[in-house]
Amino acid sequence: MKPVLHRRDVVNKLLEARKDLLVVAGLGSTSWDITAAGDADLSFPTWGAMGQAAMIGLGLALAQPQRRVLVVTGDGEMLMGLGSLATIGVQQPPNLALVVIDNERYGETGMQATHTAHGVDLAAVARGCGFKDARLIRNEKEVESLRQAVHAGAGPLFAAVKVIDEKLPLVLPPHDGVLLKERFRRALLGKSADVLAEKG
Amino acid sequence: MWPDEVHRELVAAGVRLVGYVPDAGHKRLIELCQADRSMRAVPLTTEEEGIGLAAGAWLGGMRSVLLMQSSGVGNLVNVLGMVKVCRLPLVVIVTMRGEPGEFNPWQVPMGEATARVLETMGVAVRQAGEAQTVAAHVRAALRIAFQAQGAEAVLIAQKVIGIKSFQEQANQ
Repeated sequence: MKPVLHRRDVVNKLLEARKDLLVVAGLGSTSWDITAAGDADLSFPTWGAMGQAAMIGLGLALAQPQRRVLVVTGDGEMLMGLGSLATIGVQQPPNLALVVIDNERYGETGMQATHTAHGVDLAAVARGCGFKDARLIRNEKEVESLRQAVHAGAGPLFAAVKVIDEKLPLVLPPHDGVLLKERFRRALLGKSADVLAEKG
Repeated sequence: MWPDEVHRELVAAGVRLVGYVPDAGHKRLIELCQADRSMRAVPLTTEEEGIGLAAGAWLGGMRSVLLMQSSGVGNLVNVLGMVKVCRLPLVVIVTMRGEPGEFNPWQVPMGEATARVLETMGVAVRQAGEAQTVAAHVRAALRIAFQAQGAEAVLIAQKVIGIKSFQEQANQ
């Protein structure tokens, strides 16, 4: 089945009117996708640490149980951190959603096929790791339902969204890791972000 | 015992999240963290998951530490790039293998390279060679990490752990 969804349409839809949603994006195209949807202080796009996007999302979800956390990453990035699906499955964070934008390609390195192009089923892996809600998304109607689940459903939620393998204009977030970290913390934590005195 | 002292330091520093890879040397400390209702202990499938976990926790305002064995330090190398470039606070408490008393020769190369690998990636290394110095090193590491966003590793010497054979480890 040939994919029909465009990745930036999917990410725009998920992030539209995002309100308090905390967003982490994996190295590469998904960081450009969330930036194309609108750079925001409460987004943490990564420029490295490939394979860790889901775990950053887990740490954030455990630290902020009252907020919803969305990780948007690519199939190549997710494949590099499959063990994190097991780790998240054990923790069962109800406020965490992982959305894999799956173009079955390594988009930043020459569009080489990933394992998902050969039938590896990430949603089935997630289900096997304890994600009770693990979906394969192929059309706009399913994206709409995914949006509802990301913003209001019970997690942990996993979705692999099959998208067209298109090359798109780069829309780059800030490169400076300290800036990305500090702006996120200040937007989320307010003044307490800068209070570093020892706890009693 | 040093694990009890280290646990008290973690509590005093406001650590609420503990990522760990199962390890015989950390057995007691892991159990103390699991039993502590103020903390969440998160078992990992591989060490680099602990770096992502710590990064996300810090973004969310929570202090964490990572417990692991020296064998896993090699698994951290690439992801430590994020710690450096984002200047993330990091405290890794590492039990050493491959030192005098090691029964498994395959542990030796990574054990010999552990401190250099961490330092090469910008992590400050504190060597706790005696049981009575472990807690003080951990206290210093916690202070630097969370007050000045430093990346710190405390290496606990194999002689402090004192496991000499597979059989003794299995009987622990």
